Amino acid sequence: MAKRDESSELLRELVAHLRQNRTQLREEWVNRISETRLLTAMTKEEIFAEATSVYDSYVEALETETFEALQAYARNLSERIIPRGVETHEVVGIVLLLRDVLARSLFAKYQTDFKKLNRILDAYEPAANRIANTVAVGFVQERERVIRQQQEAIRELSTPVLQVRERLLILPIIGVIDPQRARQLTEQLLRGIRTNRAKVVVIDITGVAAMDVTVANHLVQTVEASRLLGATVIVTGLSPEIAQTLVTIGVDLGKMNTVGDLQGGIEQAERLLGYKVAALAEPS
Amino acid sequence: MEVPILKQGAVLIATFQAALSDADLNQLRSALVQQVVRFRSRGVIVDVTAMDVMDSFASRTLREIAHIIRLRGAETVIVGIQPEVAFAMVQLGLTLEGVATALDLEEGLAYLNQKFKTMK
Repeated sequence: MAKRDESSELLRELVAHLRQNRTQLREEWVNRISETRLLTAMTKEEIFAEATSVYDSYVEALETETFEALQAYARNLSERIIPRGVETHEVVGIVLLLRDVLARSLFAKYQTDFKKLNRILDAYEPAANRIANTVAVGFVQERERVIRQQQEAIRELSTPVLQVRERLLILPIIGVIDPQRARQLTEQLLRGIRTNRAKVVVIDITGVAAMDVTVANHLVQTVEASRLLGATVIVTGLSPEIAQTLVTIGVDLGKMNTVGDLQGGIEQAERLLGYKVAALAEPS
Repeated sequence: MEVPILKQGAVLIATFQAALSDADLNQLRSALVQQVVRFRSRGVIVDVTAMDVMDSFASRTLREIAHIIRLRGAETVIVGIQPEVAFAMVQLGLTLEGVATALDLEEGLAYLNQKFKTMK
């Protein structure tokens, strides 16, 4: 108990010191940030403004030894700076820099009293480490939340199965396909084939930049499963990279019906279905 | 349970009622192979709409039926594979290669009629 009281007392002393030298320490910290080329996405004024509030929250967390307020602040800060392209290493970097700057100032203040310095550091270090931890975790959590939100959005923009003619479906796929989305697409397509009694399906992947081996295999399986339902699949808009992937995994090209672009795919589908599209008259 | 085989014009139709044992499948194979020549049929439709599982034995048997019937001078088409079954099959690598498939009985008949026309 006595030890704890002593530690609190030391922390109070420490906080008083940090409050007193607020202007000078803060400036030194900001200078260190620009020196190490962190937060390059932000202007000097912005860095200074943020640094001030981070500094104050930091001191407050040391004083109260509670981290909820700091946590909330870190989350709020992350929310603002993540869209600016600030990276995890930068956030962790600046908090560690602040820790260093403050530790140095403690060295300078207590250099004559080595015993006291030791005790002060004993009190300061665990708290400082916890602060660094809290800020870093807050940032990463916020980042993950943003990523989850975006994934959700992509999933909601999920791909429609469209009927363009009697017995002809198109499935335009846009964006990144992960295994989960691939499975969802397949389910939708196979169900769509049944309900629309489709004979031909055009899967257009012009909007898909790349595809890993798992998803490419899944695409091939989708083509085969559609055939089992009696539908022919035409894949259009294969990018050079995806074509390369398909060749690398050794796709049996006899099973894959591919056409360069969506228009060509639809034209071939119409031929398969026996449609003939003709202009009514010469365009004037 | 034996699979009933119906004769409809030049086409034989075998409809699976429920999950079949391996013995039933073997029985179906020999029955179809014999009847296709006896009735001088030109096409065979195997309707698997009622099957919610297709194991490797069933799918191999279907493939064998189709190939043997081809050798006996007729065409086979498998109809009514359920979407979930179809995807499970390809994941197991059971793709019924070289066997014609169609959505349902109607489509299967349309496919065979088309085939008969081109064969004439």
